[in-house]
Amino acid sequence: MKVISLTEYKLMLPMLELVIFALGILLIDLIIPRDWKWLNAVGAFVGLFFAAVCVWQIQATLPGGAVGFSGALLVDHFAVFFWYLFLAAAGITVLMSERYLDLEDEHSGEYYALLLLSVVGMMCMAAGIDVVLIFIGLELMAISTYVLVGFLRRERRSNEAAIKYFLLGAFSSGIFAYGLSIFYGLAGSTNLQEIHRSILAQNPRHPVIVIALLTTMTGLFFKIAAVPFHQWAPDAYEGAPTSISGFMSVAVKAAAWAMLLRILIFALFPLRSVYVPIVVFVAIATMTLANFAALSQTNTKRLLAYSSIAHVGYMLLAFVAMGTSEPGSPAFSDGFKGILIYLLVYTFMNLGAFAVITSLRQRQVIGDELEDMAGLYHRAPVEAVLMLLFLLSLAGIPPAAGFLGKYYIFLSLVESRHYGLAALGVIYSLLGLYYYLKIANAMLIRESKETKPLFVSIGMRCAVGVTALATIVIGIYPEPFIQGVSRSLPTWAKPTAPTLRQ
Amino acid sequence: MVPISTLHYLIVAAALFVLGVVGVLTRRNLVVILMSIELILNAVNLNLVAFSRMWGNLHGQVFSIFITADAAAEAAAGLGILIAFFRNKETVNVDEIDLLKW
Amino acid sequence: MPQNYVPIFLFLAVIGTMIPATLLIARLVRTQRPTREKLLPYECGIDPHDNARGRYTVRYYVVAILFVIFDVETIFLFPWAVKFKALGVFGLIEMLVFLGVLIVGYAWVWKRGALEWV
Repeated sequence: MKVISLTEYKLMLPMLELVIFALGILLIDLIIPRDWKWLNAVGAFVGLFFAAVCVWQIQATLPGGAVGFSGALLVDHFAVFFWYLFLAAAGITVLMSERYLDLEDEHSGEYYALLLLSVVGMMCMAAGIDVVLIFIGLELMAISTYVLVGFLRRERRSNEAAIKYFLLGAFSSGIFAYGLSIFYGLAGSTNLQEIHRSILAQNPRHPVIVIALLTTMTGLFFKIAAVPFHQWAPDAYEGAPTSISGFMSVAVKAAAWAMLLRILIFALFPLRSVYVPIVVFVAIATMTLANFAALSQTNTKRLLAYSSIAHVGYMLLAFVAMGTSEPGSPAFSDGFKGILIYLLVYTFMNLGAFAVITSLRQRQVIGDELEDMAGLYHRAPVEAVLMLLFLLSLAGIPPAAGFLGKYYIFLSLVESRHYGLAALGVIYSLLGLYYYLKIANAMLIRESKETKPLFVSIGMRCAVGVTALATIVIGIYPEPFIQGVSRSLPTWAKPTAPTLRQ
Repeated sequence: MVPISTLHYLIVAAALFVLGVVGVLTRRNLVVILMSIELILNAVNLNLVAFSRMWGNLHGQVFSIFITADAAAEAAAGLGILIAFFRNKETVNVDEIDLLKW
Repeated sequence: MPQNYVPIFLFLAVIGTMIPATLLIARLVRTQRPTREKLLPYECGIDPHDNARGRYTVRYYVVAILFVIFDVETIFLFPWAVKFKALGVFGLIEMLVFLGVLIVGYAWVWKRGALEWV
């Protein structure tokens, strides 16, 4: 009987530690009095910090990648990159949440516990190379976020958003699992490497393989909210607590992307002749629909939801560039870097924008309409200027960080000779500028009904400050981040022979 | 008599899957939609167990155990959300979930 | 092949004659004094007062949900029980951790008052 060694447990130490903190918060929340609820937020933040330290320790001793748990868990630089991303996003979300939950008058213990558990799920998704682990991670993340979306129990919009998100999410998980079950049948193993090996030996256009691929891709596209499977996103983002909308739009999306890259690039790369045409179609549809739908929005959360769908479209363009070029070629690695850097940058700029919207929630004001943005410059000048920075970054204006992600994506498209797609992407980016500037216009030029200064809590100030700092730093001095992203590439560039060391 | 092969199980599973998908897409009652989703997950389980027997290994059965547990967790979360919704709105008809739209 | 089914048909035939026969004999032999109590579906407990297909309180759903969760989690105990000897102390500790997580959930449910029938 093979017993799992302690080193393998060390690989999943960050997850174990987060689970312990989540359970601890659940239990401690039961006994602490109402005035001390802020302790939950502190506990969650400390838990995330410890997890980050654990990840750092793992990273320091990591050869090129380490597998554990009978080949289910692969901790390589790719996984570590995403782990940091999830922890950072969750940490900033905790900073944003404390005062917001206080205003909404909801119990906060379960909120933080669910947040930590969803991060554990995401970590499984990024590090799993066994479909069982990936699926369990996906469901842990998804179920936690269903509940978080509906966390404002007394508000009908929140209920509705949770129901829609739950039904479509559970439906897509089911379809996704069906695809995975067929891949298991083809390979005889649930391990992604085994699946990759058996796919290589088969005709990629065999109907069974095509059905498995289509169902799997449907699930993946649902999770990253690509058109035509995007309908849940605007509703869920609008109805959810604003801090959770921010968290979902960055962390949940990044986790779905990690899973998509693991499955479509790592395992199913031999099928690219089948799936790349579909991805091209989905990318164009996503950019078109999301950008045009965003133009007419009057609710800022909903507008940012459509903008986040549009960003998925741009990332899918980079994915097309990867799928149409050989592993190891400049187009492949630039496309890969483009997606990862985009996710990194997007995490900070979008969370920053959501943080500013969250701070608009006051005693009597819900604050998620475009109207509520009016005259923000007079009420909270620092927040307004930083919001402008986030918006320009989202639109891809240099020197803000958003430009960097777009740069790599369009570079990879040009390198793989997709000039048409590149031109389309640039045009839609310019269109995007219009609706981002609509928010800026409301914020800077329009007169507000309110004149008294906006109260912004310390945690919120930290959240906005950190995200703004990251957006500027990555934009001006990107070298270390690009290097970090490139390091997660080598084990990936040749998906046929992944170098795994025990 | 025809011996029952893996293919037969797969056909049953595919039929269940299609029933589930059609159920989700056409039914109007939230609880029935939830049941249709469970039907999809059961199709997956049937697939996994059939393949597991075909290959003679246990990976599929392990996966199906996890999917069963996951289906229960999902149903619990879903019904919980449903109850919260029902308390505010007194309906389980999806056509009346119409507060959020563009 | 078909002859393999003969015992089943025999069995069905025996059931088909035995049950009506016993019921008939009992009916002929016994005394009949029906009262209201006897005619109720349940002789003890609360009187049924409504159609079972009507709407009932949403609290039943909470109980059902909790039951489903804790019920299905036992599915993980079965493989462990089958391989108990082979897994040894390692398996025992893992299972205790699993049950510990479940107990945290149980404690939470209890303290939150989901088990109280208001």
